[in-house]
Amino acid sequence: MSNGSSNNNNNTARFDAARRVAIFGGTHGNEMSGVTLVNLWMQNSAEIQRKGLEIKPFLTNPKAVEKCVRYVDTDLNRAFTQENLSATGGDELPYEVQRAQEINRMFGPKGSAEAYDVIFDLHNTTSNMGCTLILESSKDAFNLQMMNYIKKAFAPASCLVLLNEHPLLKYSTSRSVAKHPVGMEVGPQPQGVLRSNIFEAMRVILKHALDFISLFNEGMEFPPCTVEVFRVLERMDYPRDANGNIIAMVHPNLQDCDWEPLNPGDPMFQTFDGKSIHYQGSSTVYPTFINEAAYYEKQQAFVTTRRETLAASAIRKA
Amino acid sequence: MQVDEPVLLPRLSRVAVCGGTHGNELSGVYLVREMLKTEKRKVDGEPASVLMVLSNPRAMQQCSRYVDTDLNRCFTHATLNGPVSEEAPYEIFRARELNALLGPKGSRAAVDLICDLHNTTANMGLSFIAYSDCDWICLHIFRYLQKQMPDTPMRFIHFDVSTKESYSLDSIGKHGFAMEIGPQPHGCVKSNIYTAMKEGVQHMQDWIRCFNSGCVFDGGPVDVFTMVKNVDYPRDGETRSITAAIHPRLQDRDFCLLHPGEPLFQAFSGETIKYKGNEPLYAFFINECAYYEKGIALSLARKKRVTVPSIRVQTDEEERASEQSFASEEEE
Repeated sequence: MSNGSSNNNNNTARFDAARRVAIFGGTHGNEMSGVTLVNLWMQNSAEIQRKGLEIKPFLTNPKAVEKCVRYVDTDLNRAFTQENLSATGGDELPYEVQRAQEINRMFGPKGSAEAYDVIFDLHNTTSNMGCTLILESSKDAFNLQMMNYIKKAFAPASCLVLLNEHPLLKYSTSRSVAKHPVGMEVGPQPQGVLRSNIFEAMRVILKHALDFISLFNEGMEFPPCTVEVFRVLERMDYPRDANGNIIAMVHPNLQDCDWEPLNPGDPMFQTFDGKSIHYQGSSTVYPTFINEAAYYEKQQAFVTTRRETLAASAIRKA
Repeated sequence: MQVDEPVLLPRLSRVAVCGGTHGNELSGVYLVREMLKTEKRKVDGEPASVLMVLSNPRAMQQCSRYVDTDLNRCFTHATLNGPVSEEAPYEIFRARELNALLGPKGSRAAVDLICDLHNTTANMGLSFIAYSDCDWICLHIFRYLQKQMPDTPMRFIHFDVSTKESYSLDSIGKHGFAMEIGPQPHGCVKSNIYTAMKEGVQHMQDWIRCFNSGCVFDGGPVDVFTMVKNVDYPRDGETRSITAAIHPRLQDRDFCLLHPGEPLFQAFSGETIKYKGNEPLYAFFINECAYYEKGIALSLARKKRVTVPSIRVQTDEEERASEQSFASEEEE
């Protein structure tokens, strides 16, 4: 029984103990904090060991890591679609589709009872997002409770939660193979660069995450809680000309202002010859992933979000 | 001759501004594209002929630093003129094309000035990088930019490399320098960085126009940082992977004076690794992404004050007069 189910009067959701946990690094080969941490822990896992828990650090895209590029043929973190996972063609398939199938065999199969309980997928961004946890479902009480725990343990430093449940904008991530997928995104850090403060922050939030799982497995009950999240609304592309070339940059007033309110009429882009383009939406939004280098080719200058408070039921080991 | 007589230098008739020498350093890419779109001639003073060049279009298309090999290391005399097979890296061919367009390097036909636009992930503000600490043209342009852009941190870096060994695109011109601006992640354009680069190039063009029309530029002091050595990351003996990151107390502090005993790296084990050199030196290119593969975590420089003389363009008459007197000296 892996989904939460209420079976007592207090509406405490019960989950099986999380025995199998994976830590993915190098899903994007040039996001160095995760690559470095996973390499470190594959050599010496003392730091991540917890009693009664199998924790597997794993480099998901070794070819991309070796070349220090985001991907070789196609973005691994978009590759875990049902279509890809069941595709035939073996060696002829794009490298990352082959990898996705291998990862699904090792840590899945996606959607089955045999899948890993939790996968942490480590990422960096050029955006000024600080420490961000990425949630794929607003109904996953286990993940919500974990994120609540991490936020409190990390305070007063900030760790925010991005919820991407948008039917069109959500994508098939490498972590989606697990029952409880958790994205960890820390920035700003340029691709290919390792910044000590970013590396250490990721290390700390992961430690809190593993502590949570450990406590949960030991039988601790986590009371009902609320978690503030930022829910993805819309993807905003750069203004482009008829040939598809970008004709404006993120406006200096918006650059580095992830999570701050963007009001209708606020400057959003600045053309190369200095003109401002303003946000035309009807209400205030909270932009993030502002000026992520990898998203230029995905037609995304930033995403808009709205603030929401999610309620999570109490949880306890089944 | 009076001590403060300006040094006379030939006019800068042909100037090139190059972007995309590294295909993922986007401020230069977008700026040159924009300049190509809106090419104008100013009417006051004689127009300098400015060539806008996108140096490495294939790397730009893939948004990578290079396709086969770093273009900005392909401009040594040996690489430009030596034998080349059909299987040679793309950038070797491209370097030869650029040499034909802007050079040939070392010849009278070479352009008078090359300004090569770059970005860095290091927190270097606006830096000029040149092979000479006594090229008065480059130093005067630098002084002029410092005055026009007082809010932009600006430094002049000197790589003491002989003409024979010089390897970068800007070495093709009779005068040349790289305009390096950071911090900007590769593959990204940040509006403040783009704007600084755009203003820098505009001011440079203004200066050139002024110089060519006969203005005298007063001399004065310029602080020059001369590169002394590079420092690599600590690495694992077997795998050669890095075992430490730039120390948080040094990260982003380009051009600070690093004293022996001060923190340099923080090992993944938590240990602080200190700078063990003999003399305090100025750190720059701290944590430049592209230098991991070149074995450079940071570079170290000495600083000195150079006195730049006042200069003026040499008129045609003065040029003829000096050639004649040179010829008559030879006869004697």
